[in-house]
Amino acid sequence: MSLSSKGLSPNLPPDTQREMLRQMLTIRRFEERASADYHAGKIYGVVHCYIGQEAVAVGVCAALNGDDRIISTHRGHGHCIAKGADLNRMMAELYGRQTGYCKGKGGSMHIADFGIGMLGANGIVAGGIAIVTGAGLAAQMEGNGGVAVSFFGDGASNAGPFHECLNIAATWKLPMVYVCENNLYAAQTTAASTQALNDVAARAAAYGIPGVIVDGNDIFAIYQATNRAVERARAGGGPTLIECKTYRWRAHTERKTQPDPRDKSEIEAWKQTDPIVRLERQLRDQGHLSDTERESMERDVMGALEAAVAFAEASPFPLPEQATEDVFSA
Amino acid sequence: MRELTYGEAAVEAVAEEMRRDPKIFYMSTDPIPSLLKEFGDGRIRATPIAEAALTGMAIGAAGSGFRPIVDWRQVTFGFVAMDQIVNQASKIHYMFGGQVRFPILYRAAVGGGTQLAAQHSQSPYSMFMNLAGLKMFLPSTPYDMKGLLKTAIRDNNPVISFESNRLMTRKGPVPDEDYTIPLGKADIKREGSDVTVVALAWLVHEAVAAAEELAQEGISIEVIDPRTLAPLDTQTIRNSVQKTGRLVVADEAGPTAGFSAEVAAVATEDAATFAQLKAPVKRVCALQVPIPYSPVLEDHVFPDRKRITAGIREVLGGGDS
Repeated sequence: MSLSSKGLSPNLPPDTQREMLRQMLTIRRFEERASADYHAGKIYGVVHCYIGQEAVAVGVCAALNGDDRIISTHRGHGHCIAKGADLNRMMAELYGRQTGYCKGKGGSMHIADFGIGMLGANGIVAGGIAIVTGAGLAAQMEGNGGVAVSFFGDGASNAGPFHECLNIAATWKLPMVYVCENNLYAAQTTAASTQALNDVAARAAAYGIPGVIVDGNDIFAIYQATNRAVERARAGGGPTLIECKTYRWRAHTERKTQPDPRDKSEIEAWKQTDPIVRLERQLRDQGHLSDTERESMERDVMGALEAAVAFAEASPFPLPEQATEDVFSA
Repeated sequence: MRELTYGEAAVEAVAEEMRRDPKIFYMSTDPIPSLLKEFGDGRIRATPIAEAALTGMAIGAAGSGFRPIVDWRQVTFGFVAMDQIVNQASKIHYMFGGQVRFPILYRAAVGGGTQLAAQHSQSPYSMFMNLAGLKMFLPSTPYDMKGLLKTAIRDNNPVISFESNRLMTRKGPVPDEDYTIPLGKADIKREGSDVTVVALAWLVHEAVAAAEELAQEGISIEVIDPRTLAPLDTQTIRNSVQKTGRLVVADEAGPTAGFSAEVAAVATEDAATFAQLKAPVKRVCALQVPIPYSPVLEDHVFPDRKRITAGIREVLGGGDS
């Protein structure tokens, strides 16, 4: 099954549609700033940018409730923001500060906020799939109709835990949605050279669950597919595998020592399908977004981002001896 | 007092804790029949043979408010879940700044003496002791098993219960009433004054047997069972060695970077303990080989009371006599 919204909004109130755009814009501006600050030496280690894939995080999370749970990957900023994470604490974590989500112990690859059902970015490819499947089991045992969503990439779909977890979730009818963001590359290596099937969604058949292919730059198609999967999961129908065909604009990481082997023409072609431009155009075509509203949205987003950076910069670094705290829980 | 086997004591601990706390559930291939009968298949879950998934699912369920138990059965089966143990379970609380608790019990049988060869006989606890963020224990008696397991289930961190293959059917007294044993507390299984023997699991019993034989010669052996591997009760070990001045460490694992090496360091890096040592520390360990199948080979690989006795005589300066 392949889904496209054909540019039609799925009966969402204009406010909700504009909020989706605002979230996508927030992700993009956050990433642009994270990249710039990384190259300026203010953010350490590594940053993996999500730019180009914003529609997936926002479209999926728009179909979730606040107490539904998600898990992310090394490329996790977008999922955090889409689930409602606080920009100040996110930026403070990237800056390695005490006020960050992880008190400076995690950094970009490990931002989590269990309070909003964000079970963490995870630095090991496929590492989060089993954890969030456990959250799906918890949701089933709680019996409150909660669902859990696993975000992962095409690379993770070739790893053991993906297959183990789809089998368990299908067998136990866990309220899970598995969202594969197929951006065509596992780090530097093409998906085509590492998997026999082009479509990750085709693997759903092996577990007897629906496999859905979605244009990953079409936010309404993603929202609709997720909505359907979430309804099925909440009703006890079990998991769905949704494959979002998308593309990351920037290299695998921001580290300059890792060259980007991709063709510039390929990158440029994907930029023509910019999910933010698409949503913006749709909103304008329907008369849901004026120039003034768009400008005001940009100002709000940039204002929140500047505030987050200011918060991070004003926050203290951890004390060195705090390195020994939090190994165990009381 | 009534007697239970080591294995029965573990099942009783799980059952009592599951009655006490509805958030506890159990995942394993081939569920334990008595638990399944009492608690049903919702809480005693028969799983696919997919240890990586189960190990990780426990983390997600724990972070969502449950208290999962995952039974890997043999520790060697748990090796396919190493990413989930090493990268996830041990680090996740720290990495996320301690924002939620991850109360998880992983159960794993260790050791040999079962003629099951290398892929079903191993004592790899030092691999796990090397990780920050995990607690772990290895009991030697049914009494300790039950008390430690109950404490571990109530702990708010990932804990590994290492359980000796050789001891599963061994019986011992277990009281009817509820009790727990704290993690991180060693037990002096036999008091003595000439040599300290620190031993684990089956080798605790072998060390006590060796001590009884040597007592007939007037040699007084103190046998210490650390019970918990992490956190290790270093003080009890040091106090004993300061008293006896001699240390033998007996372990079913090989010596290299092992539990025995850790105990030797605990004694020798402490100035007050080192000052009292009258002889080099002696380690009595398995040979550094994969565990072989044939009983003749397997028995040759593992230490026993004879080798413990020889080790004791060595630190007493008596050579092989």
